[in-house]
Amino acid sequence: MNTLRMAGMTLLFLFAVSTASAGGYQVGDKATDFRLKNVDGRMVSLADFNSAKGFIVIFTCNHCPYSVAYEDRIIALDAKYKDRGYPVVAINPNDPAVQPQDGFAEMKERAREKGFAFPYLFDEGQKIYPQYGATRTPHVFILEKSGKDLIVRYIGAIDDNHEDAEEVGKRWVEAAVDALLAGSAPATTSTKAIGCSIKVKKS
Amino acid sequence: MRNFLNIIAFLILFALPTQAQTQAPKYVEGEGLRIPVYSYAGLAPLLTASEDTIHVINFWATWCAPCVKELPYFEELHRAALPVPVKVTLVSLDFRKQLVTRLLPFLRERDITASVVVLDDPDANAWINKVDATWSGAIPATLVLRGAKREFREQSFTRDELFQFVHTFME
Repeated sequence: MNTLRMAGMTLLFLFAVSTASAGGYQVGDKATDFRLKNVDGRMVSLADFNSAKGFIVIFTCNHCPYSVAYEDRIIALDAKYKDRGYPVVAINPNDPAVQPQDGFAEMKERAREKGFAFPYLFDEGQKIYPQYGATRTPHVFILEKSGKDLIVRYIGAIDDNHEDAEEVGKRWVEAAVDALLAGSAPATTSTKAIGCSIKVKKS
Repeated sequence: MRNFLNIIAFLILFALPTQAQTQAPKYVEGEGLRIPVYSYAGLAPLLTASEDTIHVINFWATWCAPCVKELPYFEELHRAALPVPVKVTLVSLDFRKQLVTRLLPFLRERDITASVVVLDDPDANAWINKVDATWSGAIPATLVLRGAKREFREQSFTRDELFQFVHTFME
């Protein structure tokens, strides 16, 4: 009995370690769809976008100054790529109990103020961002439709200058989507940037 | 010809310090404070270990709530009398336009006496991995160094967690 229990505990422990160290998607992985509430009150899934060739999924939020610095650039990305088949889907991953500025009512308010023309979804219960492996806001995942699957093609930053949109040198997200639209693989598939940690209740 | 060479030598001599000056740190000043502003190349020497001192380097910003919450623990660590000297460096990632309006008043109000430097180098993708390959870029983040021992944490600390973490470098 004791050995059985030990074996069970060990298995559980190994499972916990392996899921924890998995740490979300790598480029080339299949991404799962989700069903999350949009600021317009409707539930949104990626499967709803029949004509899309892929998605620019961006974990972002209201309160983070890095997210705010990128708002206009996120709006511009959606305007540029939605009609070409790569709409922006924004997801707020934060727990409003920790960061009240990122509550659903506040999201609606921000989306209205800025005139977001893309879904701004609430990761209620914080189930989706850990699957993707988002760690900060903003954090971009570019997905390409391949048959019934969604394949992760790029993970990282929008560009190389949060301080000043005028001084940007490398536009990584645009370059990746342009490459995918041209039928080729993005040259840069992963980048890093400073951002706000995702707000979770400390256990 | 000789004169011409002399003039060239003269020009080179004077050109050298000018070039060195462009490498020197910039500063942001106000509230009686003078804080160096570095690119990553300027910051890098501060991220080197020594045997006799524990280096604690915290990446933070005034707009980052969990950073601000744990900052007093780093200040306390800096002021504490510990068996091994601890050198705390607070690396601010505040935005350029908020250095004078926000960072300096914040440091004055909180009476921060630990060493503060600003890292102003927007292409973070070029330097995040140099700080630590496991860093995703989220702040707060803390690097602790002593001799060959090096630990990086992308997390926020309670007071006890921070002191316990640094104590593992005392042995």
